[in-house]
Amino acid sequence: MGGSINVNHLMFLAQGALWTVGLSLIALIGGGIAGFIIALCRIAPNRAVRVVSAGYIQLIQGTPLLVIMFLTYFGLPAIGIPISPLAAASASLTVYVSAYLGEIWRGCIESVPRPQWEAAEGLALSRTQRMSKVILPQAVRIATPPTVGFMVQIIKNTSLASVVGFVELARSGQIINNSLFEPFLIYAIIAAVYFALCYPISRLSRRLEQRTGFVRPQLVEA
Amino acid sequence: MNLNLDFATILERWPSFLDGALLTLQLSFIATVMGAVIGALGAIARRSSHPILNRIAGIYVETIRNTPLLVQIFLVYFGLASLGLKFSAFTVAAVALTINVGAYTTEIIRAGFDSIPRGQIEAAEGLALSRAQIYWHVVLWPAVEKVYPALTSQFVLLMLASSVTSQISAEELTAVANYIQSDTYRAFETYILVAIAYVALSLIMRAGFWLLGLALFPRRRRLGTAL
Repeated sequence: MGGSINVNHLMFLAQGALWTVGLSLIALIGGGIAGFIIALCRIAPNRAVRVVSAGYIQLIQGTPLLVIMFLTYFGLPAIGIPISPLAAASASLTVYVSAYLGEIWRGCIESVPRPQWEAAEGLALSRTQRMSKVILPQAVRIATPPTVGFMVQIIKNTSLASVVGFVELARSGQIINNSLFEPFLIYAIIAAVYFALCYPISRLSRRLEQRTGFVRPQLVEA
Repeated sequence: MNLNLDFATILERWPSFLDGALLTLQLSFIATVMGAVIGALGAIARRSSHPILNRIAGIYVETIRNTPLLVQIFLVYFGLASLGLKFSAFTVAAVALTINVGAYTTEIIRAGFDSIPRGQIEAAEGLALSRAQIYWHVVLWPAVEKVYPALTSQFVLLMLASSVTSQISAEELTAVANYIQSDTYRAFETYILVAIAYVALSLIMRAGFWLLGLALFPRRRRLGTAL
């Protein structure tokens, strides 16, 4: 149909790849902040806070990201809240990532040995001091390998932003395919670019896991 | 803002939602069963001393785990078409999901294999069990028993991920929702209901796997250790 793949197409793909990275960073930062709050809520002294945050995690982890995407992009305008593809994709990914990171990090915080909590309490540290000075610095070390591993899931999941018309890597592939109609070649290239983005991070995560000797607390998939 | 929600019009369409949900469950069931078989074979290949077999299994796992499901689905869909093979969207979706979940299952079962103490295998060899018997009774079943919780969460995630197959117009739950919202202009209500349906499906699957675990691993039940 439309000739062969050329430099312009590759430039367009590169731009899409850049947006994939950008969207992943937005999701990581947004989801990280929200996830941290959720992790703290999950272990809060107040029972109601714990129950609500646990319910939030159950709800989000029981819903496909695709449906969350559709709900924000098509659902919000339908009730009078206009939203751009970028905002919809960022918001959905943030919500999605926060539920998973919140649960991963809760596990990490709780796996800091019990005597550390008791010792901090024995030193008459307040709850805030205990968290920020004793528990969290140790939890961060435990949390690093699974968090790096989860970044692979985030990158892969940004591909679903293509369904709301956000032009990241997968969507730019679809657009090029519409003009060239070489689907197998183009999607193979797209897959290769995703692999190039994700594989080094997977390796890094596994190295970190071996070094610290901690096992990923949860297996996640996209 | 004038919020005017109308769930009733959407709920009237429950037979379509039910059809979609059944298709989602069918897809998940096929992919789960086939994926478990591929996972067991893949894990055996990963542990084999045969270098080529080992390498192929490794490449399979790494490729699938580091690329998005959406792209895998498109590759299978257009790949089969470019080979001149015509399949229904349902078949393509089932194949793509099986290939995807097979890779994750391989990794999980391999982790289970690694947790089997060497002495167990040596003891089985000492009892003159054949290689196949050792794999089946001493390695595979105890390994699956150990990683059963991880496996089941993977299969629940697979059910949720099957929503992506709506992109190649497999008529599962999400595709039904897309159709209904374009027909009724009630996107918000439709997707809220579908989200609830997915939460319900994942709870049903978890309950099913829990019962299956009780039936498959009676030793666990006798020992009273939680699955």
